[in-house]
Amino acid sequence: MNKESAAALKGKKKQILDTWMSNQTKDAALRDDLMSVAELQQQSEEFLNSLLKAFASSQAENPDSAGYEPIHDILSEISISRARQGFSPRETSAYILSLKEVLSQMLEERYKEDTTVLYREIISMNKIMDSLSLVTTETYIKGREEVILRQTSEMSEISTPVIRVWEGILALPIIGTLDSARTQVVMEALLEEIVATGSRIAILDISGVPTVDSLVAQHLIKTVSAARLMGAECIISGIRAEIAQTIVHLGIDLTNIYTKATLASALKMSFSMLNIQVSKAAQNGQIGSKQNFGF
Amino acid sequence: MERIPILKMGPFLLVTIQVDLYDRLALTLENDLINMVSKTEAKGVLIDISAVSIVDSFMGRILGNIASMSKIMDAATVVVGMQPAVAITLVELGLTLAGVHTALDVEQGMELLRNKIGQIDTDEEGLYDSFI
Repeated sequence: MNKESAAALKGKKKQILDTWMSNQTKDAALRDDLMSVAELQQQSEEFLNSLLKAFASSQAENPDSAGYEPIHDILSEISISRARQGFSPRETSAYILSLKEVLSQMLEERYKEDTTVLYREIISMNKIMDSLSLVTTETYIKGREEVILRQTSEMSEISTPVIRVWEGILALPIIGTLDSARTQVVMEALLEEIVATGSRIAILDISGVPTVDSLVAQHLIKTVSAARLMGAECIISGIRAEIAQTIVHLGIDLTNIYTKATLASALKMSFSMLNIQVSKAAQNGQIGSKQNFGF
Repeated sequence: MERIPILKMGPFLLVTIQVDLYDRLALTLENDLINMVSKTEAKGVLIDISAVSIVDSFMGRILGNIASMSKIMDAATVVVGMQPAVAITLVELGLTLAGVHTALDVEQGMELLRNKIGQIDTDEEGLYDSFI
């Protein structure tokens, strides 16, 4: 891109910005529910200023040169914030592509009589804008990945609560597939809680685990062994018929571990292990009357 | 040389490890403890490792050894107060300390040992009764 085009574009900055803005606002892709027009105008103006400055620099042809660095920064910021705000990839890349359209229009007007120069200038402008559009897409994807990573870690934290069901009895309902990383989180959470509450029995409920393969079983056995080393006994409950079948077919040895079909029977077992007796209170008065429940 | 004290409490021996065990110290402890078991005819050994934050496979093996040796000499071993990180490490090393009883704290460990003694007593009484 030569100095002349850069100067010409700079002279028409106001016009470019207006046309660009109207292109963007006209486009159905603009989400004014996610971003106000005033905000967009300010963002676009800032971007255009830096871009025209880069065009005027000595290395205008090279989109990786130092002159384009502030533009990459601004663009990355815009893409990442758009990714977080929930813009689609199409909406995000439309931002830079709509500017490309305006710039070609301006160049066309400027070099109406000299098509050779026009061709050359359009090509070089396209090259720069395409590279910028790649930056947009790349950072957009990066932003989305960050969101996904955050959600994954949140999910693994949320899905491993350790519940104190009785004095000395903990329950750990496991929901979702157990992999090595999650087992580590589950195991640590359980062992910490055993220390904190001084519980002697932990019930691992696996009714929410879709499938048990040899690896998952291995993880469960590890958790049970670690708890046992600390002086707490583990009961695995919630073993469904198909899981029992898989375990036996895979030849996994669970004979050293207490297993129960339901959480209720595991709780009952824990009561007898701790010598706790739970019985129905003697009824006095009407059945179902509120005083029975201590109201 | 540094030594870990072994306290006698009735029919039990109490060992609290307050420092990180290095190999020589662990071997000395094993030796001292087994000699003490034979001297006092203890019925149970309680090892408190709540202050131990680092273990290796050697230390795991020593604990297992102490338990096996005590068992031969008719004393039960209870390891109490193991830290979560230590428990995870031992499991990852493949040492599940079979034959070692465990408890959360000294109190529960003592209770466990007392129950074991009670069992042995009644067993022996039963044995005696059958002789008569």
